[in-house]
Amino acid sequence: MVPFARRLETLGYSGLRAVEVSTLQVNLGWRCNQACKHCHLQAGPDRPEQMALPTIEEVIRLAERFSLPVVDLTGGAPELNPHFEYLVDRLHHLGGHIRCRSNLTVLLEPGKEHLPEFFSERGVELICSLPYYQEEMVDRVRGPGTFRKCLEALNRLNRLGYGLEGSDLELHLMYNPGGAFFPPPQGPLEDLFRRELAQRFGINFHRLYSLLNMPIGRFREYLRRSSNYDSYMGKLMASFNPATVSGLMCRSLISVSWDGCLFDCDFHQALNLPLIPGLPQTIGEFDLPTLATRPIRLEDHCYGCTAGSGSSCGGRIVSSKQ
Amino acid sequence: MSHYYEEKDLERFQEVGKYRADLFDNFMNYYQGVMAGGGALTVREKALIALAVAHTVQCPYCIDAYTRVSLENGSNLEEMTEAVHVAAAIRGGAALVHGVQMHNVAAKITI
Repeated sequence: MVPFARRLETLGYSGLRAVEVSTLQVNLGWRCNQACKHCHLQAGPDRPEQMALPTIEEVIRLAERFSLPVVDLTGGAPELNPHFEYLVDRLHHLGGHIRCRSNLTVLLEPGKEHLPEFFSERGVELICSLPYYQEEMVDRVRGPGTFRKCLEALNRLNRLGYGLEGSDLELHLMYNPGGAFFPPPQGPLEDLFRRELAQRFGINFHRLYSLLNMPIGRFREYLRRSSNYDSYMGKLMASFNPATVSGLMCRSLISVSWDGCLFDCDFHQALNLPLIPGLPQTIGEFDLPTLATRPIRLEDHCYGCTAGSGSSCGGRIVSSKQ
Repeated sequence: MSHYYEEKDLERFQEVGKYRADLFDNFMNYYQGVMAGGGALTVREKALIALAVAHTVQCPYCIDAYTRVSLENGSNLEEMTEAVHVAAAIRGGAALVHGVQMHNVAAKITI
């Protein structure tokens, strides 16, 4: 395997750097009410990692001090952090854009049923996991009963205006493949989801993002177990697309872990691969000018972000012809 | 060689072009043109047709390839299985309709 860093070097991208920090992605903890088979963080109900209040206060101070345009809340299930609503309230008060990555089923958990209204009152953008529009596929990846719960949560969000045409309450879906294959081209897949979800269940959404499964965490274990790892990595490498490099999410995003450490992305965080030595390492050391032009740590799983149309927390990086 | 069909051999398809590269290149250009997007059929529809044909010609390479391509274009196992049934129905029907030939021959040679 050609190391990813060397691959970029041959293309003239040696020392890939960030160009800005427009998104602060905050991982509020690895606790989740689900234990999906593809989860790169191996999140689940028994994970103890949770962002504590002092760290949350630092996140708020940071968002205020640097007027960061987008704060992107993720997990685990970020809603399970006991300080989640406090954080969202404070961020809302600061006036920046708040994005929350929700697994949908958490919105039906006891004590969390009020969250759809809470989100809508604060204009929180929601990016919700939904690997397919059929029960069998979704439940196989995310656990029995998940699909029906997702539909119920989506219906509730739709009733509040989320995902409706012309509504400012943004509801986007996140697709990831249910196995060792690549995601479909985003445009045709979005058309397919829109048609099927509307016809079968009367559900609406704004955009669909397709995300490639990173060969790390639980998905890597699956690849190894099923003897798919080598072919999957080979395909990632063979599908390397230089056009994706300029749009890689690490060039405009920084990731904060539950314990306040800084990473180039959530995938590096999952593997505990911190920023390059010499750079600020914790939220307490956050220095925007330095981080906005920082050299990025390159690892072989980065091939997952540059394959085909590319992959990021905002879906594909470049469009493909279909 | 332990089996006639080795999974890895699909990746070696290009080796066929070692001789008469012009013919191989012609085939590949045609193949890529047929399977590309932007035509009257979507890539997803073409992949389902290819999957069905793969079962008809019983090519393990093609079944492997177009199972993946179908999944990577958003098809599900219900649709893919239905496509295989279409292939099976046409193939079965093609066998059965030749029963008319059999009847014709029998009519000709029996009293």
